[in-house]
Amino acid sequence: MHEVAIMQEAVRLAAEAAGGRRVRTLRLRIGILSGVVPEAIRFAFDVVTRDTLAAGAALEIESVPAVAWCAACAAEFPTADFFSECPRCRTVNGGLRRGREMEIASVELE
Amino acid sequence: MCRECGCGLGGGDVKIGGHAPAGHGHEHHGRDRRHHGHGETVILNRSLKEKNDRLAERNRGFFRAKKLLVLNVVSSPGSGKTTFIRETAAQLAGKLRVGVVVGDLATDNDAARLRTAGIPVVPITTGTVCHLDADMVAKAAAQLDLDQLDVLVIENVGNLVCPADYDLGEDLRVVLLSTTEGEDKPLKYPPMFHSAHVAVVTKSDIAAAVGFNRDLALANLNRGSHHAEIFELSAKTGAGMKVWLEFLAQQQAQAAKKSRA
Repeated sequence: MHEVAIMQEAVRLAAEAAGGRRVRTLRLRIGILSGVVPEAIRFAFDVVTRDTLAAGAALEIESVPAVAWCAACAAEFPTADFFSECPRCRTVNGGLRRGREMEIASVELE
Repeated sequence: MCRECGCGLGGGDVKIGGHAPAGHGHEHHGRDRRHHGHGETVILNRSLKEKNDRLAERNRGFFRAKKLLVLNVVSSPGSGKTTFIRETAAQLAGKLRVGVVVGDLATDNDAARLRTAGIPVVPITTGTVCHLDADMVAKAAAQLDLDQLDVLVIENVGNLVCPADYDLGEDLRVVLLSTTEGEDKPLKYPPMFHSAHVAVVTKSDIAAAVGFNRDLALANLNRGSHHAEIFELSAKTGAGMKVWLEFLAQQQAQAAKKSRA
């Protein structure tokens, strides 16, 4: 995965919102099927924030569970991967509704 | 993972057609500010892929106006992307004009192989970046005479992980699975296979020699990319190419029609 590129974008958006102030906390929302690995994100965070307004900031990661859609049942169901079947009718899932998020939720400034 | 491959680091080394591209500005958005405790919380709720996604949509609109069918070809390194693209272009010659944008971490060997075959090609040397993004593709495509082309093929960096997340503005994402690399790739790299519109089994000529289990591979492809069109071919011997080329011609006709609408 490209955690450094993802983190660079998060820090860019945080700095834009901060307008010259120091960033105390940066909050991300990462889906469990996004492919982004939290440990790699944390590692990238330290590297990317060095010498920026977000240096030394806390990083909070909210993990988003995956939810798939069953078209036959017109209902959502929780899933752990891309291939799960609907627990009601056993048809293959019609696509993910949640679980691939890579978002910056908020920043806390000094 | 990034720790190992260093992707995203040193994005400044990206070279397009041998030149470093010019920078571009950024956007400002309104946001919700809220005070609590000692600090101030600014709610952003923005996708970290938003910038690329927006540029990809811009590419898509531009390519559509140019009446182009655009393919994003992805696979592991060594699955046969360059040979597949070269043979596709060669066999379409006289019917459809094909141009190529090709990404690699280093060297322009793939570009040279295509250029030797007489195909218009622009190389993108990504340095340490493990995928192409929409901005690189826009700058590279600008170096081709798009009005003289019917099909634009983007040969992505050989990698089944990172390119899955970067929309380039393509019409079709084409993932290759070579008979030499094992039948379980679609299960090991679900985001990439799941996002593909087309899956192509390549190097079918040596399937028997490498003990390729065709039924298992097709079952895994159907599971991982259940909505994808599946082709089996050998670019080297030409087996199976006809069906693929017919599909491509039909897709190109549809793309050209859409641009008139």
